[in-house]
This record gives sequence, structure tokens and C-alpha cells, in this order.
Amino acid sequence: MTMDIVFDIGLVALLISIAVWSIVARDAFSAIMIFMVYGLLLSLAWVRLAAVDIALTEAAIGAGVTGMLLLNALARLRMTGSDAAPAALPLRIAAGVLCMLVSAALSALVLFPSGEPTTLAPAVMARLGESGLENPVAGVLFVFRSLDTLLEKVVLLLALLAVWSLAPDGLWGGIPGLRVFAEKKSVLVFLAQTLPPIGIMVAIYMCWVGASEPGGAFQGGAVLAAMWILVMVAGLRKVPSIDSQSVRLAMAVGPVVFLAIGIAGIFVANSFLAYPSDYAKPLIVVIEATLTLSIGVTLGLLAAGPPEKVQQP
Amino acid sequence: MNIVLDIFTIAAVSAGAFVFMAGTVGLLRFPDELTRLHALTKADNLGLGLIVFGLLPQMDNMFAALKLISVWLLVQFSGAMVTQLIARTIRRGMNA
Repeated sequence: MTMDIVFDIGLVALLISIAVWSIVARDAFSAIMIFMVYGLLLSLAWVRLAAVDIALTEAAIGAGVTGMLLLNALARLRMTGSDAAPAALPLRIAAGVLCMLVSAALSALVLFPSGEPTTLAPAVMARLGESGLENPVAGVLFVFRSLDTLLEKVVLLLALLAVWSLAPDGLWGGIPGLRVFAEKKSVLVFLAQTLPPIGIMVAIYMCWVGASEPGGAFQGGAVLAAMWILVMVAGLRKVPSIDSQSVRLAMAVGPVVFLAIGIAGIFVANSFLAYPSDYAKPLIVVIEATLTLSIGVTLGLLAAGPPEKVQQP
Repeated sequence: MNIVLDIFTIAAVSAGAFVFMAGTVGLLRFPDELTRLHALTKADNLGLGLIVFGLLPQMDNMFAALKLISVWLLVQFSGAMVTQLIARTIRRGMNA
């Protein structure tokens, strides 16, 4: 018991000091690297809180995907030569003050809760069995708060549209400017040939196991996206143009299936996003599977960035 | 029997932790990028290997043990590949 407390205090101290370090780091590249280390340590903290689902998501999305997007942004800044110019002082002060206000408000809410904190956990556990799921996190995501989950996926699509909208008019429908390092027989090509079969299997496993154990669509999708990016960066598969029908279909299929099943719920189960009681689990598995594909494609395209080349006919 | 396995676990995991610490010291103290990479990969391969090896007797079933071993193999594989990539990039920078 005491060993646990020593470990936890050490972890929290490490987290805080790394957070401070990533803020005061002079150069943007180190700041991003430290931020990724911070994400990985934060996922350890989630494991300590017995929230393995969140730990997986934090490692995959918080550290992995976000770190990669930040590195992409930095590479773009360097190309334009605007990374050296620091932001104006008033802007930095304003950003600092705003962040401090948010942190203070959050800490106040956690440290001094108004009234007895309510928990819905017993209510969730009491009725989780009806959905056929065993993982309470998946239950909350797809049964009790499915509207939030649906909107979350739509937000991801909106984010991709925002990235695409950075393209000049002439390049709309073009090919994202992902940097490709195609070299025959390079180590990267070997890695891109051997890792994806394992990675895709892991992604499918994570999505499948999400119904009963930690895992799910977001974690599986992140692994899928990583494999796709690896294959594209190594030049084994072309980066698709953003008006490719199959890419758009893959992006939309998850949210559309989710929405369709949700609307069908109005007629079959008397409520939007409700499932008929006997078919809850199979329907959720279908939604999760299509969402995994959509999330993988969307995250991959987010990393590929806005279109920069016109498609060759 | 249990106590023997527990002692084995403690010994192997401690040895793994020691290798990680040695790797970290190397990462901090070695003079250039290539030797630092060398320190890092030793920690990954041997350190994680010892920790996985030590945890094997603590697993409830075969599948959990296989999962641990595949984690180690994957880390070894991707670690070796990524180290190659970094080292080649460094060498290209030296020649240029």
C-alpha cells in the first residue's frame, strides 16, 4: 500500500514537472517531444486510476496522433520559415492567463465539489447486462451516452474538413502533401511491409475486444491510421486524392451507420439511438467495426494534411 | 513452488530495471548520437526482455503470457527498425 502511494506521488511529481518543462522549452521540436512523453506518462496515471480504456486512448490519441499532428504543423512552419518568430508578448500573456483560469476552475471543481459528488456507476452496472456488453466503458459510450459518442465522430470529420479547407481553390480535390520517402529496399520499406499485417490484426482485436475489455473503436482506429500512414510514407501505396470516392465512403461509413441505426431506433425501440433489446450487442459491434474504419481513415488523412498537389489524370 | 517463482520474478524484473537504468545513464552520458542509440536499444531489448521473462510465471494463462512475449517481440522489431532509420539519417548528415 505505502509503495503504491510512493509510486503515485512520484508519478504526479514527474507529470507536473514534465508539463512545466514542455511549456518553458525554448524550441518547438523539444516542446512537442516533451508533450508526447507527458502523454505517455499521463496514460500510466490513467492505468493507476484503473481506467485502462482512457489510458489506451491517451497513449494512442493524446501522445501518438496529437504528437504527430504537432510535428506536422512544425514541419510546415519550418517550410514557411515562420517557426523562428516568437508570438507577440501580449498574445503569450493572454494565452497563459486563459490557461491558468481554466486550470484554476478545473482544480476548484475537483478539490471543492459543491455538495456530495453523485455517481451513476451503480446504476450503469445494474443495467449493463441488458446491452450484452461486459465493458462498462463501452456500455456508457454506446448505450447510455451514445449521442455524445456519435457527435464525437462527427467532430472528427469536421476537423478533417477544416484541415482540407486550408487548400487553395485550385487544389481542392488534390492529393495531400504527406512527405513520402520512397526508396527501394530501405529500412522504412521493410518496416512498412512487415508491420501492417500485425498492426491491422491488433486494430481488429482492439475493436472486437472493446465490448468486454478495455479497447474500442478509437484505439483500434488510431492503430489502423498509424499503419496506413506508415505504408503511405514508405511509398508502398499512393496518398489518395481527397475527392476519391472510396476514401470518402470509408470516412463516412461509421457515422452514417451509427446514425442510421440510431434513427431506426426511433421506430423499433421507441427512442433515437436506442437498440432493440435482443439485438443490442450485434448492432453495437457493427457500429464499432465501421467506426474503427472511419476513424482510421480520418486520422490518417488528418496526418496527411491539406491537399498540395493536383491529381495527375 | 510459488515462493520460488516469486523470487524468480523479483530477480528478473529487478535485473530488467537495472538494465533500463544503465541504458538511461548511457543515454545521458554517452558522447554522440550513435552511441546513445546503442545504449537505448540495449535497454529496450534486454531490459524489457528481462521484465517480460520475469512476469511470465505470474500470468494466469498461456494467452496472457503469449501477449507479453509478442509485446516484447514487437518492441524489439520496431525498436531495431526505428534505430536503423535514425542512425542512417545521422550518418547521411555526417557525410553531407
